Amino acid sequence: MMSMLTPDDLQAVTLTLKLASLTTCVLLCIATPLAWWLAGSGRWYKGLVAALVALPLVLPPTVLGFYLLLLLGPQGVVGEITRAVGIGALPFTFGGLVVGSVLFSLPFAVQPIQNAFEAIGKRPLEVAATLRATPWDRFVSVALPLARPGLLTAIILAFAHTVGEFGVVLMLGGSIPGETQVLSVAIYTHVEAMEYREAHWLAGGMVLFSFLVLVGLYRVGGNWAKGAR
Amino acid sequence: MSCIQAQFRLQRDSFTLAAEFEAPMRGVTALFGHSGSGKTTLLRCIAGLERAPGSLQVNGETWQDGRCFMPVHRRPLGYVFQEASLFPHLSVRSNLEYGYRRIAAAQRKIAPDQVIEWLGLSHLVDRRDANSLSGGERQRVAIGRALLVSPQLLLMDEPLSALDTHSKQEILPYLERLHRELDIPVIYVSHAMDEVARLADHLVLMEGGKVIASGALHDTLARLDLPTAAFDDAGAVIEAELAQHDEPYHLSRLDFPGGHLWVGKVEQPFGTRLRARVLARDVSIATQAPQGSSINNILPAHVEALSDAGPDKTMVKLRVGESQALLSRITLRSRDVLALQPGMQVYAQVKSVALAA
Repeated sequence: MMSMLTPDDLQAVTLTLKLASLTTCVLLCIATPLAWWLAGSGRWYKGLVAALVALPLVLPPTVLGFYLLLLLGPQGVVGEITRAVGIGALPFTFGGLVVGSVLFSLPFAVQPIQNAFEAIGKRPLEVAATLRATPWDRFVSVALPLARPGLLTAIILAFAHTVGEFGVVLMLGGSIPGETQVLSVAIYTHVEAMEYREAHWLAGGMVLFSFLVLVGLYRVGGNWAKGAR
Repeated sequence: MSCIQAQFRLQRDSFTLAAEFEAPMRGVTALFGHSGSGKTTLLRCIAGLERAPGSLQVNGETWQDGRCFMPVHRRPLGYVFQEASLFPHLSVRSNLEYGYRRIAAAQRKIAPDQVIEWLGLSHLVDRRDANSLSGGERQRVAIGRALLVSPQLLLMDEPLSALDTHSKQEILPYLERLHRELDIPVIYVSHAMDEVARLADHLVLMEGGKVIASGALHDTLARLDLPTAAFDDAGAVIEAELAQHDEPYHLSRLDFPGGHLWVGKVEQPFGTRLRARVLARDVSIATQAPQGSSINNILPAHVEALSDAGPDKTMVKLRVGESQALLSRITLRSRDVLALQPGMQVYAQVKSVALAA
């Protein structure tokens, strides 16, 4: 089967997996505290933050990609900072793709975790507090384990969504093999070049992968429903 | 300084809590009142789960005063919630030991094995899923979990109210044992008079977010000026000692200062302290020693006070011996026929006595 894939295609597959894994890790670190705050906060600006987090759900990816390109570019605010600290400009690099992917998939990670935290309610945390657990201890020993189904869902969704993204990647990364040419972009390039056979292998693989992810997701959801009963 | 002094104010929507009370740091103090009277909110303030302006001193130590507010996890208390609220992701044993593991070894006065034996949990402790327990079992684990932090003060928020009658009967003996054998002061929230009469030593009566009375259980329950006197199950509590059996008739005699009561046979050693509850509706009054009565318990008493209780009833406070109060609810007509007056010598006929361990 590997003979059906060109070396460039293989590179695109590994690059995509690398991007998705890294993005998922970064997302977990950002989304978990953010979701915890959104689930517990009563501040007036909570609604604003929630709307900002959800924005990538409704924006065309090209819009997000366009503004990221400007922001991260050499003339952009962030671009000037990254250049000043010696990282250089991020557009058309792998690092730029990670930043774009994290923002693009943020709602897919935050919302399941936030829902899980909200479903726990106050009571288990109050119980833990009366049993001498400090706030951090309560978060680690009660909130995180009880939110496990939400965390799993977030991991699967963030990973799959990153694998499937196209617009942001194309706008922000272009199509440099080995650096920014991910699967979805590789398929697009094949189709543009009328290489339908190669496109089929990659596109079919994506269909299969997406299907398996969804099957896994529903199993997580099913177990969750069982555990909650 | 062995007492708890609390004073809180809290405004929430249409509810105002403005409660102040002082209670001894020993035995069981009941926070008693109808639902909505603010007793749970007051308990949550004591625990620090609710942050209300006020002050709180426990055993001479300040838990809250002005800006100083000791966070919940630093207060040396145990808390039993209305629903057991076991951690669903932990086994029964991990639930029990959750708090135990979090206190310094030097502070551990109660060991897990003790609690397991004591609350009859040995056959449950190895269950992995805490949710597979019955309601009564879950609440026992929750009580054990709270005890295992070796609290200086145990707070219980209606621990029986979410349970069915059967589970209640299953737990009550454990609570009574806790009362007798453990030297941990308890604040017990309840709206059930029978629970309070069985368990409490001190009564804090709440209504509309305020404390309307606070005092020793016997005295407070025998007061005619409190809403408790109008309850259908109003009555007096008698602390007595098992003194004698009447084997052929399967009866036991309970002695208390000023008299004795005959009750159904109690299978316990002589000298056991027992608490008897005599409801006002089960006590009738005769001005002369009744002859040929089927009632076993006829106590000489004198009338101390009278107070109307409804359009056709009056509540009579009687005194047996030096200090034992007894309540009797009779009709207004009986009061007038007998011409009852404070100071009169009468006979109290007790139709039934409820025993609490």
